[in-house]
Amino acid sequence: MSVNGGTAGTAIEVSHLRKTYGPTVAVDDVSFSVAEGEIFGILGPNGAGKTTTVECAVGLRTPDSGSIRVLGLDPVTDREELHLTVGVQLQSSVLPSRLRVGEILDLYQSFYPEPADVAELTEALGLGGKLKDYYKDLSGGQKQRLSIALALIGQPKIAVLDEMTTGLDPRARRDTWELIAGVRDRGVTIVLVTHYMDEAERLCDRVALVDQGRIAAVDTPVGLAGRAGGGKRVRFLPSGSFDDRLLTGRPEVISVQRQGPHVLVGGSGQLVNAVILTLAAAGVDANDVQMESANLEDAFVRLTGRSLHGEHNEEEVRESEAVAQL
Amino acid sequence: MSGADMSGTATSGTGRVSSMIMGPLGGSLLPARTPRQAFRKMVQSEARLSRRQPIGPALGLGMPVVLLVIFGSLPAFHKHYPKLGGLTYFNIYLPILLALVLAALGLWSLPTPLATYREQGILRRLSTTPAPPPWVLAAQLVLNVGQAVVALIVLVVVGIAAFGVEAPKSIIGLILMLLVSMAALFAIGLVIAAVSPTGQAAGAIGSAVFFPMMFFAGLWVPRNEMPSALRGVSDFTPLGAAVQGLQSSLFNGFPSVQPVLVLLAYAIVAAVLALRFFRWE
Repeated sequence: MSVNGGTAGTAIEVSHLRKTYGPTVAVDDVSFSVAEGEIFGILGPNGAGKTTTVECAVGLRTPDSGSIRVLGLDPVTDREELHLTVGVQLQSSVLPSRLRVGEILDLYQSFYPEPADVAELTEALGLGGKLKDYYKDLSGGQKQRLSIALALIGQPKIAVLDEMTTGLDPRARRDTWELIAGVRDRGVTIVLVTHYMDEAERLCDRVALVDQGRIAAVDTPVGLAGRAGGGKRVRFLPSGSFDDRLLTGRPEVISVQRQGPHVLVGGSGQLVNAVILTLAAAGVDANDVQMESANLEDAFVRLTGRSLHGEHNEEEVRESEAVAQL
Repeated sequence: MSGADMSGTATSGTGRVSSMIMGPLGGSLLPARTPRQAFRKMVQSEARLSRRQPIGPALGLGMPVVLLVIFGSLPAFHKHYPKLGGLTYFNIYLPILLALVLAALGLWSLPTPLATYREQGILRRLSTTPAPPPWVLAAQLVLNVGQAVVALIVLVVVGIAAFGVEAPKSIIGLILMLLVSMAALFAIGLVIAAVSPTGQAAGAIGSAVFFPMMFFAGLWVPRNEMPSALRGVSDFTPLGAAVQGLQSSLFNGFPSVQPVLVLLAYAIVAAVLALRFFRWE
């Protein structure tokens, strides 16, 4: 289990990765590197190519071109050795419904030469009392946590977690974030695929913003937010309808987004004043005004011209925001 | 794929099976690093699942044994008929029930879980661990071969001990016929697992194959009473050939070469097709 020389300090090196499915280009010329011991986020909307990228990195798919090294190993040719040191949590994976949680953990534990302690792991994931339950009787959140437990059970050097908190309630999400931060503190490199801006912001050391198969930017969450310019955000509830161009015409305003009845304006300078005065002049009151500094969401909009949540339903957006406010 | 290879110890059995299965996948023949006990755990898991949803035990052991006892309890089944070559109906049905065991296990119990695992992404999940997905297939084979051996022994022993069947004329012939029949039926089962997109589809295809095969085995009209043209067709079906060879091993002597070759041909062709078309996701 050697970490090859020449890549010291680098856990994953992806260069010029390209993967197509028929005429569809899923991943186009993607390059990034993940340092040992960091939490690296891959953030983007559904269909951006996040999952395809990590599936290539863990040897589930063969790239059309480009190269990938994970701890110095080639994911395609060194698959088995790779899977000893890389734990994977797949999106929407299912386990046999009539096995008990404890039996599944026992089975997966047997695949690894130096597995983690099951009691400790399940306790940390809040599954301690569920060992005797059948998989089919678990809630969605419990299944998700079991899936995370299986990714960590081999004591991996790298854990790849694809949408790990989808389906979890806010409380469980926060617990999971803590667990992942704890795992990182023990020296495990973590690759976190997510479409939740708050999750990436809260947890990641660095984030790659992915859109339409390409990487728009890689930076720290703070660095990315800085690129959103000015770094301000105003959210309010308008008293009546108005044309977005009213606001985008102002020099302070960079972006305008609608979130249900709310409007989210990104920009800089005297942003609040500009928004309130402009609307007032048009006979619209801005109620319930909240000001935030710019975040990854703004960076994403700024860098790609598209919304992170463009393809998601409102419920998901609200859910992610409810958590952000906790 | 002979059953004898797999009925040995778990690890040596796996070696043969997975090398056979993994060849065209370009994977390592036997994973060097995955702990050996992982395979035992996998067989244990499959056995648990089979116990909790006992398709194999119910159809492969329960149903044939119940039929054996019912047939054995009917006095009419113990009368000797010249049209049956001096045999009784009970004699005639014993090899048919042996064929039923192999059909139920090979066509239903073996492919259904495998197709379900692929459908649900369980095989895909497994392929992100050091344990190779073909181990699941090997574990299913071990489990079903084990169940088949138990069921076949129970049927033959109960038939002889409880219902007065004479000892087999050719024990070697009987074992040979059971092995080649098992190889053919299980290989056909793997083809079903290979081509079925879902567990339900596997069940449906299994049934669609099961009933015609059992018809030619003589479950409804014994082969001795089939019109000769029909029996001629039956000779070239997997279970028709199996019953032909089993019946002669039990009551006449070492079987002729034809049923053995027919079954071997089915086993080889089906195994090649299964290898060609099996997908892990």
